Amino acid sequence: MSTSALEVVSAKLPDLITERYEDRTGGAWAVVRREGIREVVSLLKNDPELDFKLFLSMDAVDRLNLPENDPRFEVVYLLRSLKRGEVVRLKVRASEDSPEIPSIAGVFQGANWWERFVWDFYGVRFVGHPDLRRMLLYEEFVGHPLRKDYALRDRQPLIPERPIKDIFRGPGTSGVA
Amino acid sequence: MADIRQKPVEPTPPDTRPEEADALEAHLETKRMYINLGPSHPAMHGTVRMRVELEGETIVSADPEIGFLHRGFQKSCENVTWTQCLPYTDRLNYVSALQNNFGFLSAVEKLIGLEIPERAKYMRVIGAELHRMADHLTMVGATGMELGGFSVFLYALEARELIMDRVTELTGARLTTSFGRIGGMNRDLPEGWKEKVLKSLDKISVVYKEIEGLLTRNRIFVDRTKGTGVISAEDALDFGFTGPCLRACGVDFDVRKARPYWVYDRMDFDVPIGRNGDNYDRYLMRMEELLQSDRIIRQALAQIPAGPIIVDDWRIALPPKPEVYGTIEGVISHFKLVMEGVQVPAGEVYDSTEGSNGELGWYLVSDGGGRPYKVHVRAPGFPILAGVPRMIEGKFLADLIPTFDTINMIGGEVEQ
Repeated sequence: MSTSALEVVSAKLPDLITERYEDRTGGAWAVVRREGIREVVSLLKNDPELDFKLFLSMDAVDRLNLPENDPRFEVVYLLRSLKRGEVVRLKVRASEDSPEIPSIAGVFQGANWWERFVWDFYGVRFVGHPDLRRMLLYEEFVGHPLRKDYALRDRQPLIPERPIKDIFRGPGTSGVA
Repeated sequence: MADIRQKPVEPTPPDTRPEEADALEAHLETKRMYINLGPSHPAMHGTVRMRVELEGETIVSADPEIGFLHRGFQKSCENVTWTQCLPYTDRLNYVSALQNNFGFLSAVEKLIGLEIPERAKYMRVIGAELHRMADHLTMVGATGMELGGFSVFLYALEARELIMDRVTELTGARLTTSFGRIGGMNRDLPEGWKEKVLKSLDKISVVYKEIEGLLTRNRIFVDRTKGTGVISAEDALDFGFTGPCLRACGVDFDVRKARPYWVYDRMDFDVPIGRNGDNYDRYLMRMEELLQSDRIIRQALAQIPAGPIIVDDWRIALPPKPEVYGTIEGVISHFKLVMEGVQVPAGEVYDSTEGSNGELGWYLVSDGGGRPYKVHVRAPGFPILAGVPRMIEGKFLADLIPTFDTINMIGGEVEQ
């Protein structure tokens, strides 16, 4: 395969891809404009030449403690094409004030749960998602625990915990920040 | 356990049958019923709550609710060194912990840009395939048990126990193996282990025949599994199915063949492909893969070369003990590795290996320090569980049980 999938995409939708780069291990990445993610993903899926039919996964990175942290959130999409034997890695950036990204659950059914996961743990909203509930945590939970400013040992029990002496163990600082 | 709520009764559709047949019909009002399967239910492996809406025996809608086993895997990993993440990976898929260990280590090594010694690669193949057999045996046994064949479960567990014993000899632990280190392995194969594995494989193949004889052509088993829990190849890809569940739909994709890692390119093995995407095909995939894993292990044991098992780089692997106790450089390296962890250069990577249930992917981000900035795990069970409502809606409640068995959802990895 001579031209990589992302080259094809950026030739077809030049306005929607803002940046392309390769990571140190040779993985091809593209940064997609927030409003264009649905279009880029549908092109990747439905173009017979590209054929990225397998939805691998999605997640987000909170760049708060990294040198370049504006915009703060990066949502990562991973798709695989069995025909081309290629994985594409897409990124959409979202700022802290309005962490909203169009949902791609209409394009890939598999994105439904992953978007709920990202909403649950990072608080990035997916506009147009059919049922944006928390994925693993309970609805009463306050905050989004994988954000870097969420304390490691912050506890939110649904029922009051019994007063037992806390044993300080496990990773990180022992409750004293 | 049942949470029965009332819903407005929907008008019964007009009866179009001839009058004489209708005359003897009992016209009863029906209403939809909601029941909770789980979170603590024998058929819900681990703790999954399935909220099922029933119309008679037919499932109208199903909504899996997960998260009861959530342990904050990612958050924990972000707060410990790269090596200390290893015990957390055991607990993802606790039936095949070695695959998680090695998958994670391979992703970290790829991020560092590190080539591990040949012997370590072979050891990883052997360990991963042993645990693939354990995983498939568990799935086959549990499916048999839940469809009424308890002896199958006992046979499967007997075979699995042989693997568990070999794994214990190798790693020191039955389930939470924490085996391997960044840059290779932490412990070589024990004395006489190869022969023991070969003998165990021989014994497993005897048990395998028993299991096959009990299930594959068993009328009850076939009736319950054939044509139930069907998913089309298109839907399966759309949801992100991988591994045996995807191959059962007729899609030829296996990470071991598509992008051979470790030494899979030197192994001669076949990847079974199904046709119907139903429970029976998913069961058959597991049975065939058991034979293929057996082949791979035998080849790997025959080919495994002698040599080092971990890279000789004190920035990554602990120095040998005589160096630690005898030289100042050894002490310093040891101290820095334990206190600060392996310094992984800043960057990001997506890497994947073939787990028992599908593509086990890792998206790692490093900020250049000793601790991961982000550890994303693409657990193969997560998208498959998301596809379960699609597989059972409009079908009988009884079909839910074999479907839930054959997708082999593992709570630990799905709920992180």
